[in-house]
Amino acid sequence: MSPLVANLRVIAALGARSVRQTFRRPQLVAPILIFPTLLLAIQTGGAGRAIDLPGFPEVDGFLDFMLAGSIIQSTLLAGNSGGIALAVDIEMGFTDRLLAAPISRFAIVLGRLAGTAALGALAAVWFIAIGMIFGATIHEGVLGAVWMVAFGALSAVAFGGIGAAVALRTGKASVVQGLFPLVFVILFLSSAFFPANLILEPAGSVAEYNPLSFIVEGIRDPVISTLSGETFWKAVGAIALVGGISIGLSALALRHRLRTGG
Amino acid sequence: MAAIEVEALERTFPGGVRAVDGVDLEVADGEIYAFLGPNGAGKTTTVRVLTTLLRPTGGRARVAGFDVVADPARVRGAIGVALQEAALDPLMTGRELIQLQATLHGLSREEGGRRGAALLARVGLEDAADRRVGTYSGGMRRRLDLASALVHRPRVLFLDEPTTGLDPVSRKGIWEEVTRLNEDGTTVFLTTQYLEEADRLADRVGIIDVGRIVAEGTPGALKSEVGRPHLEIRLAGGATEQAERVISRFGRPLPAKDGAALVELPRGAAEVAPVVRALDEAGLTVESLDLVQPTLDDVFVAKTGHRIEPPEEEAGAGALEPDGRPADAPA
Repeated sequence: MSPLVANLRVIAALGARSVRQTFRRPQLVAPILIFPTLLLAIQTGGAGRAIDLPGFPEVDGFLDFMLAGSIIQSTLLAGNSGGIALAVDIEMGFTDRLLAAPISRFAIVLGRLAGTAALGALAAVWFIAIGMIFGATIHEGVLGAVWMVAFGALSAVAFGGIGAAVALRTGKASVVQGLFPLVFVILFLSSAFFPANLILEPAGSVAEYNPLSFIVEGIRDPVISTLSGETFWKAVGAIALVGGISIGLSALALRHRLRTGG
Repeated sequence: MAAIEVEALERTFPGGVRAVDGVDLEVADGEIYAFLGPNGAGKTTTVRVLTTLLRPTGGRARVAGFDVVADPARVRGAIGVALQEAALDPLMTGRELIQLQATLHGLSREEGGRRGAALLARVGLEDAADRRVGTYSGGMRRRLDLASALVHRPRVLFLDEPTTGLDPVSRKGIWEEVTRLNEDGTTVFLTTQYLEEADRLADRVGIIDVGRIVAEGTPGALKSEVGRPHLEIRLAGGATEQAERVISRFGRPLPAKDGAALVELPRGAAEVAPVVRALDEAGLTVESLDLVQPTLDDVFVAKTGHRIEPPEEEAGAGALEPDGRPADAPA
């Protein structure tokens, strides 16, 4: 078996473990699926008339607009949960078991991110299904849904890298858990739940340039309008930027951990 | 070829704490080597360096013929590792854990499944294989940890305090399994705070204190370095002085202790019967008689000036005699 194939098998096995682990620990599932679903229900129920505001994008309903925000919230929280689970592995010594195996050590991080990607995709499917049930329309049809799922998975990897980097650098689940409120700050300073052009300054400018807004728009675009090359590439670029930085930081944190022993 | 060769190994942590301070050791193929020392002596740090989890800051080490710094991946392919406190995911089942371990070591799914099933049966966890590890007892976790370390048939097995915190029965089960593994040809390097564990399992013992090896050898040789077996005799009526005159014919008398006459016996148990006969011929009635062997604890005290304290949760309970019965049980 070539080293590449061996490492890919390890990444797949660790990814599967990560998904199983999430569903066996209710406190990890709740933030990924339950909280964003509740927030979606509350916001669509309470703020549905926002679509009548001047400057609000042309949408069939507020739920159509909100789906992308819920998917991104879910993927952000999946990334955070992945980081917490990695830190728990470090705390209980499970990571040592993996580090003592003849595999690429970065496969341990990639395995965790593969699991986070699967959760991101699952979250996208979940919210698309909820949207369908409650009357949302995906303008780009099946292709649009596939696009949303793919972006959900990729953005989960990008956000998961942040959690992984903090977990590897600190080795403490409580520190990664401390990022939880930050997720909401970043979310509300983006166009996830409200159009950036309708947010008051200076938050509006922050939202306009927040990479999260580009990713959200990339997921929202196929729901509310037609596929736009510009929005697509901006979303890909934002994911690449966040992912490049976060995964790079993870690699540095892993190297530091291996060099210093913790 | 030696399974483990270590020369002048050092590991200093940020802040200047030198956990391992010039350790030299060699473990032959097929040997059980016990690294004995108290908490904080440098045992775990040494194991972490030898298993490539930590880079040394000085010296060099080769495991299974490969340098731990230059060729760490090949070292990891040749070793099995069961670290302190059985690092197992409580949410996984025993079977899932072994299957994952097989994948980590490049075994195919089928081979991993077969090997995993065989190992689970070997350590008596067949029935619990599909239960989550979180429901296992401490002894079951250690057995699972041991089984998972063996999935790829390692040449060298590292066990870091494999029985710390276990009850006497579980501890004995682990000892038996380690002995069987060694009989199958696996080299075993284990760390322990338990004197009786080192005494019972190891072909050779390295005693480590504050990062340095202070003594090394077979348990018998180490014990004979610090003294010979001695006999403690209590006589009905307390005729200690008369007894001392008789027993001095058999060996060097030692100062009486708590009303008992003591004599060093160069040939150990072989001389007990002649001593008893001589006392009987002198008209002295023996009330009790104990042949006291030097222990590794005596060796540790002689070499370091202090004793190994048992792990906190174990203090006063759970210790085993070399024959496997609880130390506090009647003989």
